[in-house]
Amino acid sequence: MNAARLLVRALAEPSSARSLRDPEWTALIAVARAEALIGSLAYRLQEEALPSNVGTIFEAARRDAEQAKRQALWEAEMARRALAPLDLPVILLKGTAYTAAGLDAGLGRSIGDLDIMVPRDRLDEVEQALLAAGWEWVKEDAYDSLYYRRWMHELPPLIHRERDRMIDVHHTILPLTAKPKPDAAGMIADSVELDGGLRVLSPPDMIVHAAAHLFADGDLAGGLRNLWDIDRMLREFGGRAGFWPELHDRASRHQLLPAVQRAARIAADFYGTPSPTGWTRSHKVDRAFRARLVARNGWGQATRPALRLGFYVRSHLLRMPLPMLARHLWIKARR
Amino acid sequence: MKHEHRLKVGPVTFRVGSQWAAPVRQLAELYRDYPAADAVCDFTVRLEAEKPWRRWVRPSVAIRGDYMLPDAVPMALEHGLLAAEMGMNLQMALGYRRHLLLHASTVERDGRALLMTGLSGSGKSTLAALLGEAGWRLMGDEFALLDLDTGTLHPFPRAVSLKNQSVYVMEERAGPNRLGPWLKGTPKGAIRHFRPSRDAIERMSEPAAPALILFPRYGRDLEAAVRPVGPAEVFVRLTQASTNYVALGERAFDALTHLVTTVPALAIDYPSTEAALAQVEELWAK
Repeated sequence: MNAARLLVRALAEPSSARSLRDPEWTALIAVARAEALIGSLAYRLQEEALPSNVGTIFEAARRDAEQAKRQALWEAEMARRALAPLDLPVILLKGTAYTAAGLDAGLGRSIGDLDIMVPRDRLDEVEQALLAAGWEWVKEDAYDSLYYRRWMHELPPLIHRERDRMIDVHHTILPLTAKPKPDAAGMIADSVELDGGLRVLSPPDMIVHAAAHLFADGDLAGGLRNLWDIDRMLREFGGRAGFWPELHDRASRHQLLPAVQRAARIAADFYGTPSPTGWTRSHKVDRAFRARLVARNGWGQATRPALRLGFYVRSHLLRMPLPMLARHLWIKARR
Repeated sequence: MKHEHRLKVGPVTFRVGSQWAAPVRQLAELYRDYPAADAVCDFTVRLEAEKPWRRWVRPSVAIRGDYMLPDAVPMALEHGLLAAEMGMNLQMALGYRRHLLLHASTVERDGRALLMTGLSGSGKSTLAALLGEAGWRLMGDEFALLDLDTGTLHPFPRAVSLKNQSVYVMEERAGPNRLGPWLKGTPKGAIRHFRPSRDAIERMSEPAAPALILFPRYGRDLEAAVRPVGPAEVFVRLTQASTNYVALGERAFDALTHLVTTVPALAIDYPSTEAALAQVEELWAK
């Protein structure tokens, strides 16, 4: 079995790990690290009888995840304090949001940058407040800065000069040049306040964002982890009365129903994620997405270069129309 | 990958894969006295072509694996053994969490350990290798592993990377069979790897309690000198010498506090290896 498939199976059915032979364990650990899923896997297999060395590796991974969580929540708190005087909604996104909200998706999850969303018309104030509180630009280049400000869904990345942690400030969830136009104001209006004053997106919007990030933006790098987030959330929220129709409505409103349905289909296929009838009707193009998601071998190496390149090109075409892309690449290449 | 070698050093097992035969062959030869690796490896190291065609045309070895540095400079194929060593170091520095990892060398006698740490070029590697041939057990020259629960040090007796003059010193003491191939013109100069003694390898699962911390400093023009170093300064220096102190959080703080408040520390200046050996023996006897 392909090593990434081993990982998918171990996450979906922890008991399947019992039959693994030693070389398969080594491969599973390498691929889980490469896909940033080692912490999630370590929690998922916590109750299983494991070879002793594997138990030690997973224990370290859980401790690491615990520490990453502490750091991520602290970083969120630092941003909250910096932005508190502005009296605006600060919405946590992605890993920090799952962790802060205590969701299953946050368990063992790797967390890199802090991602937040704020209302677009307050972006300048947010930027000034963060700069005053010790964050600095990572890229000083004028074209990059202009590019972000004119076309992107976020400010150019900022890094804190003392804590060395990055923050991405979003005002919507997709680049402005992408075809779908999500209703960012609606997302902010529906967001949910946590203890302490920070906010997270509503459950359906959280899933819409995760699906948009996975299938309507980017080249599917790290896709297995994003799909695992979606599985965890669909299981956690899916049993609530009226959840699926609401997800359908929200996804349509944000013009992201195809991405959300694709996420539900492939999550069902990979992780056995439950979904209502009608959501999982198979789709021909899914095959390429599935193959791309598991394009990694037991040494943790990326495989299927042609397929990867295809998705890389696709990611740029999703971001902007072709003439604009040509101009962008021309400017980048001349530097 | 096409070529593979697994090895166990102290509590850690590595799987090293390579697109080329030579680095793995040299690695297996250098570590020939080491026990077989556990069946499930802690870390994977990959030596692979930086770009597909660089496997054959002017071969260039990129150091990759479970943990990687994004801007690591690839190495020439004739330095492939060094690349494998650096790949293993990288996994330890970025991914190891079982013990507090200190960039330090350790030797042991009578069940008690001497920890030596200092800047690169302080001579701690050579000193540890020399002591390892002079009645001490070499526990490691690169990383010392401090147990977070018991406060003991665990051996990690990797091959010692020796530079320039140190190579001849060790060849004279231990003979040519303990040395790996010359790697000339590497980013670190001309180097050869030195395999620890059989005793050091056989006892690589045997921890020892730390008894003395030394901060050696080498300089041809220095007078031999000894100064005490206070616990606060030792603490700060050791946090700087650790790659996982922050990641381990409070447990690392507690273990390090225990270490610096219970083990004496001295800074020594030495003008020659003979002087250093004499200083160590004298301080140890006190």
